Amino acid sequence: MTLPSATLLAQAVLSGVFIGALYGLLGLGLSLSWGMLRQINLAHFALAFLGAYLTHHLTSVAHWDPLATLLLIVPGFFAFGALLHWVFARFAITPFNSLLVTFGLTVIIESAIQWIWTADPRMLDSAYGHVKFKLGALYVPLPELLTLAFATTLSTATWAALRFTDLGRAMRAAAEDAPTAAAFGVDERRLSLLLSGVSAAFAGVAGLCLALSFTLAPSQVYAWIGVVFAAVMIGGLGNPLGPLVAGIVIGVSESLTMAITAPAWAPLVSFSLLIAVLLARAEKI
Amino acid sequence: MNVAPTMKAAPRFAASLAATVLGLGIAASPALAAPSGPPIRIGSTLSLTGPLSGTAIIHRIAGEIYVEQLNKKDGLLGRPVEWIVKDDQSKPDLTRTLYEQLITVDKVDLVIGPYATPNIVSAMGVAQRYNKMLVHHTMGIPSLAKYEMQFPAWSVGANPETTVPNTVLDALATLPRPPKTIAIVTSKFPSVYLMSKGAQEVAKKRGLAEVLFLEWEFGNRDYGPIANRVKDAKPEFVWVGAIGLEGNQLLDAMKKIDYLPPLHFYMYPAPGPLAKLPEASNALAASIFEQHPPFTNNPVAAEFVRLYNDRAAKAGLADNSVETQAAASYSTWQVLEAAITATKSLDDKAMSDWLKKNQVDTIQGRLRFDRTNNYGDDLMRVKQVQKGQWVTVWPKEWAAPGAKILGQ
Repeated sequence: MTLPSATLLAQAVLSGVFIGALYGLLGLGLSLSWGMLRQINLAHFALAFLGAYLTHHLTSVAHWDPLATLLLIVPGFFAFGALLHWVFARFAITPFNSLLVTFGLTVIIESAIQWIWTADPRMLDSAYGHVKFKLGALYVPLPELLTLAFATTLSTATWAALRFTDLGRAMRAAAEDAPTAAAFGVDERRLSLLLSGVSAAFAGVAGLCLALSFTLAPSQVYAWIGVVFAAVMIGGLGNPLGPLVAGIVIGVSESLTMAITAPAWAPLVSFSLLIAVLLARAEKI
Repeated sequence: MNVAPTMKAAPRFAASLAATVLGLGIAASPALAAPSGPPIRIGSTLSLTGPLSGTAIIHRIAGEIYVEQLNKKDGLLGRPVEWIVKDDQSKPDLTRTLYEQLITVDKVDLVIGPYATPNIVSAMGVAQRYNKMLVHHTMGIPSLAKYEMQFPAWSVGANPETTVPNTVLDALATLPRPPKTIAIVTSKFPSVYLMSKGAQEVAKKRGLAEVLFLEWEFGNRDYGPIANRVKDAKPEFVWVGAIGLEGNQLLDAMKKIDYLPPLHFYMYPAPGPLAKLPEASNALAASIFEQHPPFTNNPVAAEFVRLYNDRAAKAGLADNSVETQAAASYSTWQVLEAAITATKSLDDKAMSDWLKKNQVDTIQGRLRFDRTNNYGDDLMRVKQVQKGQWVTVWPKEWAAPGAKILGQ
């Protein structure tokens, strides 16, 4: 076996960091809703792809700048996320049932995407896709750098908000013990709507990043579920930084596997890590 | 209808024009009565939803055009034709159930194949159980087609994993500097993987040095490391065992590291999107049909191209040109029609026996079904992206007018 060059290994690490950041960004909203709202929202992935398709459409057809599409997507998805949680609360949907309901919602959203945009795969051709920077011998494409920036900023900002602000403390208190928090004046219902809206908005941002770097096809909704779930569970439910760190660990491991051995082994990496973590700290998940 | 095997393909193709034109003349005759009586019901499934739906719609459009053309003439055996299509949702298990339904509940007269290898294999099992003939159009692994009454309308030959790479390397051998090293990177999608492993063997036999062999799982998201490894290996020719947009994704990853392969071939790409990619300039692929002469010298092919372009554009397809998928689909119906007309019956056994002994002129060329697993000749040609369009470049008799293979 020929040893890969240092440049190849370094580029693989960088590539892993970028894709890991996307895992983390996709996992951020999922981790918050699962860990703090006790809702396993499978529709999060469908929402991300809906965001990706909206980005693609607004950029390709209406000639918007891709980043400008967030002005529409973020508030729209926030409203949708809040509405979704209102429905869950109204009908007292349990965590297990939330998995079933959101699975159904995923199928509906995927079908709607296919109905509107057909099943033809699409790749966004934007100005961002033609820009790359050089770091010595390494290449840093702009779309991937944007993904890393969004993932880092949103994860850190969410962590800081939950840790250092009154709002964040209230959310954590409500998540841990809603009745007791209510006794201290915490409006758990409003905070839950806010958190659900924010999680859905994060899915929209992840959709922008998907559109900038990846091929879009309705069936691809399901391709990300496994690895992002692994990142969320390894990172710890409700921990905003967890999916990012775990995502990067998984991404780098996958990339190095692909650089050194057979790319076909890469999917083993994320699930092997998940199994190892589950065995080591099952009680903490 | 038997034909002397010594006739060369292109002149033979031209020779069939006379019969086709005569046939069109008869068909256009106002003296021809509209089909009447109970319809001949032909059943099939297609992946109208699910991951295969993007390509299955091509087969739907091709089939609808053919059935309409039949019914504008005198149908089949003087009767109108009705095509019953069910949605297999891209699932082989559902395909099996639906073909059972078509035969036992809907009681169709005939069946025709679905899209894609896994679904065709499922349908084939059901056809075998009920002794139904099955003409199909997109079977990528000929060795799996063991049913004696199945007939492939996609002319890849019985051993495409050997013949197609040889055709490609024959084309490359005509370049001023043929490649001496090869990198093979491939998806593990079964029909693609078969061809890539075949290419590996053929390359070795022809003396090319293999500098890299990589496989990835179908559905792979990250092509960065693969692109990096290809760049590191510095091959003179890259065989990309890609299906759908995998080739586009790999080229995109290569663009990000400022790398373009000197010569590159893609096995089953999404042809429209690949041709539009600037990085895909001079990319090669295999094809049984492209919508330019000499293929379109056949008026039947030319008419089909016209109708398909229009219908595909109205259906909102990103690429509305006729190439392998649409041509194989149309050929399937041509084979079925030929068998019905020749035997003057809907008897599956009689039609199968006839097909094994005769050849059928289709828009891709003359098909025969007398070799292993009812496969005949490998009619795959080599096409290349030149100025954003696919043009056939090899063999020379099928090349677009004035086109020749370009190297880097």
